[in-house]
Amino acid sequence: MYRYDEFDRAFVEARVAQFADQVRRRQAGELTEEEFKPLRLMNGVYLQLHAYMLRIAIPYGTLSSRQMRTLAHIARTYDRGYGHFTTRQNLQFNWPRLEDIPEVLKELASVEMHAIQTSGNCIRNVTADHFAGAAADEVADPRIYAEIVRQWSSLHPEFSFLPRKFKVAVTGAATDRAAIRTHDIGMEIRRGDDGGLGFRVFVGGGQGRTPMMAHEINPFVAERYLLAYLEAILRVYNRWGRRDNKYKARIKILVHERGIESFRTEVEEEFAALRDGALDLPADERERIAAYFVPPEFETLPVEAGRLSRAIAANREFGDWIERNMHPHRMPGYASVTISLKPVGGVPGDATAEQMEAVADIAERYAFSEIRVSHEQNLVLPHVRKNDLPEIYGRLQEAGLATGNVGLITDIIACPGLDYCALANARSIPIAQQLSERFADPARQREVGDLAIKISGCINACGHHHVGHIGILGVDRKGEEFYQITLGGSPAEDAAIGEIVGKGFSAGEVVDAVETIVDTYVALRQSPDESFLGAYRRVGEAPFKEALYGG
Amino acid sequence: MTMMGTDVLADGVVLWRRGGFVEDRWARIGDEDALPPEGAVIVTLARWQDLRRSDAPGAWEVGVALAAGDDVREIAADLPRLALITLDFPKFTDGRSYSAARLLRERYGFAGELRATGEVLLDQIPFMRRCGFDSFAISHEPTRRALADGRLTDVPIYLQPVSERGEVPVGTRPWLRHRA
Amino acid sequence: MSSRKTKSELRVLTANRLGDGRVVYLSEDGGWVSKLDAARLVRDDAEAETAEAAGAAAVADRFVVEPYLIDVELVEDGVQPARLRERIRAQGPTTGHSLDHQPVSEVA
Repeated sequence: MYRYDEFDRAFVEARVAQFADQVRRRQAGELTEEEFKPLRLMNGVYLQLHAYMLRIAIPYGTLSSRQMRTLAHIARTYDRGYGHFTTRQNLQFNWPRLEDIPEVLKELASVEMHAIQTSGNCIRNVTADHFAGAAADEVADPRIYAEIVRQWSSLHPEFSFLPRKFKVAVTGAATDRAAIRTHDIGMEIRRGDDGGLGFRVFVGGGQGRTPMMAHEINPFVAERYLLAYLEAILRVYNRWGRRDNKYKARIKILVHERGIESFRTEVEEEFAALRDGALDLPADERERIAAYFVPPEFETLPVEAGRLSRAIAANREFGDWIERNMHPHRMPGYASVTISLKPVGGVPGDATAEQMEAVADIAERYAFSEIRVSHEQNLVLPHVRKNDLPEIYGRLQEAGLATGNVGLITDIIACPGLDYCALANARSIPIAQQLSERFADPARQREVGDLAIKISGCINACGHHHVGHIGILGVDRKGEEFYQITLGGSPAEDAAIGEIVGKGFSAGEVVDAVETIVDTYVALRQSPDESFLGAYRRVGEAPFKEALYGG
Repeated sequence: MTMMGTDVLADGVVLWRRGGFVEDRWARIGDEDALPPEGAVIVTLARWQDLRRSDAPGAWEVGVALAAGDDVREIAADLPRLALITLDFPKFTDGRSYSAARLLRERYGFAGELRATGEVLLDQIPFMRRCGFDSFAISHEPTRRALADGRLTDVPIYLQPVSERGEVPVGTRPWLRHRA
Repeated sequence: MSSRKTKSELRVLTANRLGDGRVVYLSEDGGWVSKLDAARLVRDDAEAETAEAAGAAAVADRFVVEPYLIDVELVEDGVQPARLRERIRAQGPTTGHSLDHQPVSEVA
C-alpha cells in the first residue's frame, strides 16, 4: 500500500497543526461558528445530534493491520469503543470531543492516516473497487490512480470551495464494484486501441434529492492526461456550477441544465489548454506510485484447495459462509474474503474496538496485513490462501464476525439516521435491525438470493436507497417517521434509479411491507436463478403494488 | 505590533501584501461617479467596457473590479492595458474567483496586481496566494490582527502544481512544490 | 426553531456545547445542564426572548453552539420534547453500540 515519504509526512503534520490552530482560534473567539464550520468540515468534523462526529479517510478503502489497531485505540481512548464504516469507505467516530480532535489527528498521522476532505464542498476521499489488486477481471489496479487523484486534490487551492461536495470513484474492471455512475466523476480503467491504459470517464452522477446516473463524457482519456482532464472538469464546475441553491449545486445539475454535449465542449476546450502541461503524468511517477501497490509475494499454489474442500464438506455453516463471502482471486489457491459487518440484529457497518483488533490480527496472520473497506459497509481480506479459510472462519466466529450473508437480504446498507444525524428525518438503524431479524433464517435468505436493501434516513441518500434493489427512504410525516419504498435500483454496471412503489409506510408497517415485496418476488420469479432485479425488470411494479396496496 | 501606520481604507478595509500592510493608491470609482482627471482608478467591468470603446485614451492607470460571476475571458484581450484586477469573494465559501485568478495568471499571462476583495479570511489567504493573488483587502478584524501578528497558517508543502509564480519543485516527485 | 406549538406551549432552550458537542439545556439559574428535567421552562414570548438572549450570550462566550427553542410537554415524570428528534437528542441513540457505554432509556 502507499507509504508516506518525508513530504507526505510533513504535509499531514502541517495540516494537523493548522487544524489545531483553527480549533484554538474557534475557542478563543477569533472564528465564529459560521466561519469555523467550513474549516472543520474540510477536516471531517461534523456537529451531530449528540456530539461531534469525526470522519476519517480510508483512501480507496485500503487499511493495514497497524492502522486498524490505531483506529481501535482511538475508539477506546477518545470515543465509546466502536466505529462506523461508511458507504464511502470511511470510518466515523460518533462521540469525540472537539478539544480532543487535534490529538486524534496526531495519532492518525502516526500511522499515515488523516481526515482531510472527508467533508466540505471540496473533492472528497476517492473511492475504488474493494477487490483492487486481487480481482481476476481487473485491467489495472484502480488504487494507483485513486492515490494520484488523492494527492492532487489534497488542499487544492482552486477547488477547496466548490459549489458543493465532489465525489470521485475509480473501478479497475468492467464489472463496476465502485458504483462509479453514482459519483460526480466516475472512472473505469480500460485499454485504448493502441493497448495503452486510460479511463472511460463519467460525469454528473449523484444521489440525494435529485438522483441522476452519470453521463459518459469521454470514452477514453489516456492515462497521462488523468489530472489535466479532472482539472478541466473541476474548473468548469467551479466557475459555472450553481451557487444560488444548495440543492441545485452539485455538478449533476450543471450537466443536466447545460446538457452533456455543451458541458463536454466546454470541458474539452479547457482540457485542450491544460494538457501537455505540468499536470501530465510522467511514466516514472506512475511506476513510483504503482510500486506501492505491487501484489504481495504469493506462493505458487495448486488450483485445488483440498483443506478448504474437506472443511466445506464437513461443516455446512462454513460451506454457506464460503459460498457467500469468498470471491475469486487472480492467483490460483488464493481468494478474497468479505468480513460481514451485518450480523442479524446488528448495526450495519459498526465494529467494536475488539473486533477491529481481531480483524487486524487475522489480517496480519493470514492476509499480508491488508484490509479493505467496501462501500457496502463490510470489510475485506483481499488476499488469503484458500486453505487458511477454515482457521480464518474460526477466528472470525470468536470475534462475532462470521456472518455468511454477503449480497443477501440481511447485508443491508444503512446510514446512521435519526439516531445520530442532524440532517435525518427518520431512524435507519432500527429498521435495518428489524429487517435482519425478520429474515434471520439463513435458509430463507439463501432461498431469496441476491437482494440489496438500502436505507437512508433522509433525502441526502447516504444509505444509497435510490440504488437499492429495495430502497427505503425515511421521511418525517407530521412528526411521525414514515418510510417510502423504491424498487429496481442498482449501483452497478446495470445502474438504475429505483422507482417509488406507492405511498409510504409507518415504522410499524415497513418491515411487513418489505416482506410482502420479497414474498411476491419469490412467488413470481421464473426460476430460483432469476434475481430480484431481473424479475422486477421483467414484470414491472404492478404485481408488487397489487400485493402491497391491493386492487 | 500595533495597527498604527497601516492605511485604513474606506469601511475599515486594510490592504495587505506579503510583508505587511500597504497603502492603497487606487481609487474605486462607482459606475455613476465622474472619473478624476488622472490617477489610478478601479472601475467595474461594465464601466471598463465603455472606456475601452471610447476614443479618448484617458490619463488614468486602470484597474478593473470583477464580480465573482464575471467571465475573465471578457477582458483577456485587454490585460496589457490593465495594471490591477480585483476579484471578489462575496462570501468566503464562494470559490469562483480562485479559478478566475488562475486563468488570469496562467492562461492569459496577467502580470499586474491581483487583489482579493470581499470576505477575505485568514484561512483562505494561502489558497488565494497559490492561485495568483498578491494583494488582499481585509475587513475582518481577527484576520487583520492575525496578519499584523504575523500568524498566517499555511501547509507549506503543495501536492499539486498551480501557478509557476513563487513556487518551485521540491524533491523528485513531479507535482510537489513549495514556496521559492 | 420549531414553528409548531404544543397545546401547553411550553418550550426549552437547547444547544450543543462548543468544547465537546454534548447536548445542553438552559437552566432556571441561567446555567446549562445536560438533564432536560432540570431545564428552564419557557412559557411565553417574553420568556422566550430572555432565554434566547441568554443563549446569544453563551454563544458569545464560546460555551455553546447554535441555541434554539424546542417544544416540550409535561409527562408523568417530568418533561418530554414534542418531536422525536429532540427526544433522541435528550435521551441518546435508541440503539447501537453507544448503549453499551452509556445506558439510556428507551425513547418513547
